[in-house]
Amino acid sequence: MTNSATLPQPAPFGRRLKRFMADRPIIPLIILLVILVMILQILRPGIVNERWIANTAKFAIPLAILAGCQTMTMLTGGIDLSVGTVATMSAFIMATQIVNQDPAVACVLAMLPALLIGLVNGIGVGVFRVHPLIMTLGTSLIGTGFLQVYQRTVIASGARIPDFLNWLGTGLTYGFPNALFLFVPVAVLIVFTLNRTGFGRLLYAVGDNEHAARLSGVRYWQVVTALYVISSLLAGITGLLYIGLIKAPSLSLAEPLVLPSVAAAVIGGTSIFGGRGGYMGTIIGALILTVLTTLLTILHMPEGGRRILFGFIVLFVTAAYLRIIEDR
Amino acid sequence: MTRFLRRQGWVAGLFALLVFLFVITKLIQPGYGSGDFGSLARAVLPYAFAVAAQTVVVIAGGIDLSVAAMMALTSVTAASMMNGASEEYAFFVVPFVLAMGLVLGALNGFLIVITRVPDIVVTLATLFVLQGAALLVLDAPGGAAAEWLKATVVGTMPIPYLPDWADAWVPKALVLLVVCLFIVWIPLRRSRLGLSIYAIGSNELAAFRSGVPVARTRIVAYALSGLFGALGGLSLTISTGIGAPIPGPYLLASVAAVVLGGVALGGGKGGLLGPIIAVFVLRLVRTDLTLLAIDPNVTAIIEGAIMVAVVMFGAFITIRGRPAGATP
Repeated sequence: MTNSATLPQPAPFGRRLKRFMADRPIIPLIILLVILVMILQILRPGIVNERWIANTAKFAIPLAILAGCQTMTMLTGGIDLSVGTVATMSAFIMATQIVNQDPAVACVLAMLPALLIGLVNGIGVGVFRVHPLIMTLGTSLIGTGFLQVYQRTVIASGARIPDFLNWLGTGLTYGFPNALFLFVPVAVLIVFTLNRTGFGRLLYAVGDNEHAARLSGVRYWQVVTALYVISSLLAGITGLLYIGLIKAPSLSLAEPLVLPSVAAAVIGGTSIFGGRGGYMGTIIGALILTVLTTLLTILHMPEGGRRILFGFIVLFVTAAYLRIIEDR
Repeated sequence: MTRFLRRQGWVAGLFALLVFLFVITKLIQPGYGSGDFGSLARAVLPYAFAVAAQTVVVIAGGIDLSVAAMMALTSVTAASMMNGASEEYAFFVVPFVLAMGLVLGALNGFLIVITRVPDIVVTLATLFVLQGAALLVLDAPGGAAAEWLKATVVGTMPIPYLPDWADAWVPKALVLLVVCLFIVWIPLRRSRLGLSIYAIGSNELAAFRSGVPVARTRIVAYALSGLFGALGGLSLTISTGIGAPIPGPYLLASVAAVVLGGVALGGGKGGLLGPIIAVFVLRLVRTDLTLLAIDPNVTAIIEGAIMVAVVMFGAFITIRGRPAGATP
């Protein structure tokens, strides 16, 4: 830095661009989002209107919350692949329990598996030091097994989507999707937690240098357990929101959101190695992926092609961020 | 003898556990005979190849998350190529699919080497890509397998000079497994290349300084993993007669069996025999649960819980074994 300050000529453009990307990943992301929307508008003139924006927001919100789970876990160098199963479980339990139970009771029942899975994840990662990827994959397999057993017991009673979830998932107020009533507080809370609270600092600290964090007195296992419980609870809430949007309870309801949620966090500039990133980028990442999905649907790209593209995006972006970090 | 026991203690113990499980099986189901053993061997086949694929990479100090997706892709490729084709055409399909696995595996290793992104992230990305490619090949379970290929895993192997009752305990599936693994593994283990794979797994820097071509060895390890994955995919197609684009639970199972088989997740330690016995143990536990007339879905939960417990135990052993104060 001092070097470039004393020299009259500025640093090479590529270098400056890289540094800019690393310091403010949100601005290039927003530019990318605008470009994608423009391509969409060119391909299908008139598609971008008020209704389309509301619709995009509706589908981007569940993805953005799940990507929030990934962002927080990635900050500590982890990942949470059980979010899909957790969301599916809470959605399915909600839809089947509401038939015979009071809504409040059904809500509590729906969030219970989320709490349990989060706790097991946290203990496995924090105390036993299993790699988060393997751990969350394992708990999601177990969770799916439980859900299949549970499905048998409720097959007779049927399922129903409660009205308040319908309202939350699909309703509009003055043209704004009602899901924003849930999302805005959640997003503010996540951003506030990450930037302004001790817990948020601990997440960055653990992800940046776990050993140093431990030596400075951080109780690693407590931080990680709390983190995975929070992540799981958020995933559970997403499940409730998502069932109001999709309206068809199934055993693989939220599974298709898992890979995009990882991709959204990675695109948003959160490092999968931990210690770098934030939630604002992730929100833009989720919006980009939602618009991209619309674009790919218009171009008749099949599901398989989409997955391939998401895979390459994750690899490419991670490699690019790695280069930028090494450059500094 | 004591030296042998000390070196192979873990594997010997595992083998004792397997024998013990067979005794229990016989107690639960007195009629358990050679036919049931044959079906166990058939069920083990794809798992064993998945585990072999994982073992090679773990010994080289990495981890391959794309194992299950690789199996799905090779399985659907083989099934769709053999669909409606002549019996002889399968003679071309088998080497083609194996070569495909080898190349895709090498691509994994190549991406890890050139992008310098950690194994776990690269193989996560290729997991997306291969899964997407599998969906592009076949979007629903389908295809077919040649009859002579199916015959290679059904029935028993007639061995000369062996009485019939002993013959009955040598299912073809087991012979196929042993032959395929040994053709690849034994020459590898005895060669310079095999030693290099162990070397880069136990200490990459030391291996590099002793003149081991680290990058090339890593690519070869992943290529071999891809080859074993393709064998696993082929065996899936052969034993089921179709190809399914959605990967089975082979990733978690392979990691669990690797850990249970005494291969350190850090790399550089262990062999192929332990993990293969571990697969038999895990499958036999499942058989026992089925014989006890437990609901198959509950069986899936118990199995998942066992695998997670094994992985947790393995991780726990790894931290205990690490010298105090070492960075993880």
